[in-house]
Amino acid sequence: MRALGLFNYWAVIVLMMVGFYTLIARGNLVKKLIGLNLFQTSVIMMYVSFGKVTGGTAPILLEHGEDAVYSNPIPHVLMLTAIVVGVATLALGLSLVVRIKEAYGTIEEDEIRDSSL
Amino acid sequence: MSQHLPVLLVVIPLLLAPIAALVNRWKAAWVIAVGAAFWALYASVSLVRIVLDQGALSYEMGGWAAPYGIEYRVDLASAFVALIVSVIAAVTILYARTSVQREVSEDRGALFYSAFILCMTGLLGIAVTGDVFNVFVFLEVSSLSAYALIAMGQDRRALTASFQYLIMGSVGATFIVIGIGLLYVMTGTLNMADLAERIPEVASNRTIPVAFTFLTVGITLKLALFPLHLWLPNAYTYAPSAVTAFIASTMTKVAVYLLLRFFFTIFGADFSFGQMHLEMVLMPLAVVAILTMSLVAIYQDNVKRLLAYSSVAQIGYMVLGISFASVLGVTAGIIHLFNHALMKGALFMAMGCIMYSIGSVRIDKMAGLGKKMPWTMAAFVGGGLSLIGVPFTVGFISKWYLVQAALERGMWPIAAVVMVGSLMAVVYVWKVVEVAYFQTADPDHDIKEAPLSLLIPTWALVAASFYFGIDATTTSDIATKAAEALLGVMP
Repeated sequence: MRALGLFNYWAVIVLMMVGFYTLIARGNLVKKLIGLNLFQTSVIMMYVSFGKVTGGTAPILLEHGEDAVYSNPIPHVLMLTAIVVGVATLALGLSLVVRIKEAYGTIEEDEIRDSSL
Repeated sequence: MSQHLPVLLVVIPLLLAPIAALVNRWKAAWVIAVGAAFWALYASVSLVRIVLDQGALSYEMGGWAAPYGIEYRVDLASAFVALIVSVIAAVTILYARTSVQREVSEDRGALFYSAFILCMTGLLGIAVTGDVFNVFVFLEVSSLSAYALIAMGQDRRALTASFQYLIMGSVGATFIVIGIGLLYVMTGTLNMADLAERIPEVASNRTIPVAFTFLTVGITLKLALFPLHLWLPNAYTYAPSAVTAFIASTMTKVAVYLLLRFFFTIFGADFSFGQMHLEMVLMPLAVVAILTMSLVAIYQDNVKRLLAYSSVAQIGYMVLGISFASVLGVTAGIIHLFNHALMKGALFMAMGCIMYSIGSVRIDKMAGLGKKMPWTMAAFVGGGLSLIGVPFTVGFISKWYLVQAALERGMWPIAAVVMVGSLMAVVYVWKVVEVAYFQTADPDHDIKEAPLSLLIPTWALVAASFYFGIDATTTSDIATKAAEALLGVMP
């Protein structure tokens, strides 16, 4: 039961490994980027899980509930930055893929390697 | 104003970067980049002076007291790294004008300088920040702009090199974020000084070693420690010459600084080396890096690639120094940061001069260059002597400290490895010298010496590498004090 209660962390691990595997095993550059993004997204989920308190509300000032349970906002806020970084990385990666396609005529890693020789 | 220096060091270049992109004229953008680089140089020189005088500086961002707000903390190690970054940035930006004009198309000029300023900003930010999540943000600022800069190389392989670096660099950065997250979960803080206080209380929990492992892998990927160096040779080879000179002398150095910061300041030497036995990982890898990468460098035909592999070997020296976890060893590591930045900057700039004149850096095209481009090749020989570690060059100072640190621990085989590495450097430097000076040039080609605008910055670094090789009191003094502060030894 304890393992089941941590199911969001299991999801993080599965996502992370799927992303990492795709990143390593796939030769297609776009698929590599998808893997990278999955990998980064799993970390976002991990941070969000860190901050969440079961039954907690948003960390805002309540009129009559001074002792309200609230989730820790800092990991959530940090992930806003991480999302921006992830988007920027993905945008840069995809624009590189576009230029690689223009220069080599392919986005398959093995074909690029063959034509570089 | 001086109390705001730590933040102004970062904020002013950060504001200048979009302006450089918006003016969209490469000459104006270049002027802005020169302004940013020299501002950073002025600020970091002042910071080093202030820190030497008064001790570490602390700056509370927006007036929020640490550990709740973001703190910028400048101690001697961070001021010294900021100084390295800004010195190299100032020299390369002067060099970039002519070199970039030849190698990067004109319509991308403004964007190039904008990315250059951003890359410098990120590196300076890593050096001065006292907040671990801030480290990640600046790491990504510098890395993303570096990927863009590398992709501007002339060869189409620059694109694939940049892509490969993007994938590996992002994985490294993500590993660092995972490590930071796990630390936050255990301690509830992101402030470095606060983390250092709180980690010992929870160090018995398994999460802390896991965080430590993620951080180690992530940072060693960023600093290109063997065997995580695969992104480096292509990135250095195909990037525009000015970019190679800049990132080769700064990016990996800043990553080494991060290694020091995390392992000594945050985790503490007792935990990193006493409990986790980090030296069992770092020392063998550093030794393998020195030996195999020097060997690989000997067999390269492209001199930029040769120097790139030599960089991986040199990173091995820095990590080797750190792995002793003694004041002498860490001093050797820190002083080699500075010294290697000078010599590799000079060598890659000499390659940029050759690229400018003959359009290639392949070794077989360099026949007779010793006569045709005497100043450029002399600069290469000067930098090469430093790489080998000949007395009166900075390379000698680094190796002297490193060998002393090895002998202090009674590890004479390690000292022997340092010597063997130097001998291998003789071989690969000589390979270039032999072709350039002892083969006759193809008489059909009319090769001219590189223009003064390239030669002066190159020689500035060569001269510095001799100056600090003869009079190393300033650098070794700063490096020793920084190492003592990192290890918590009172002088």
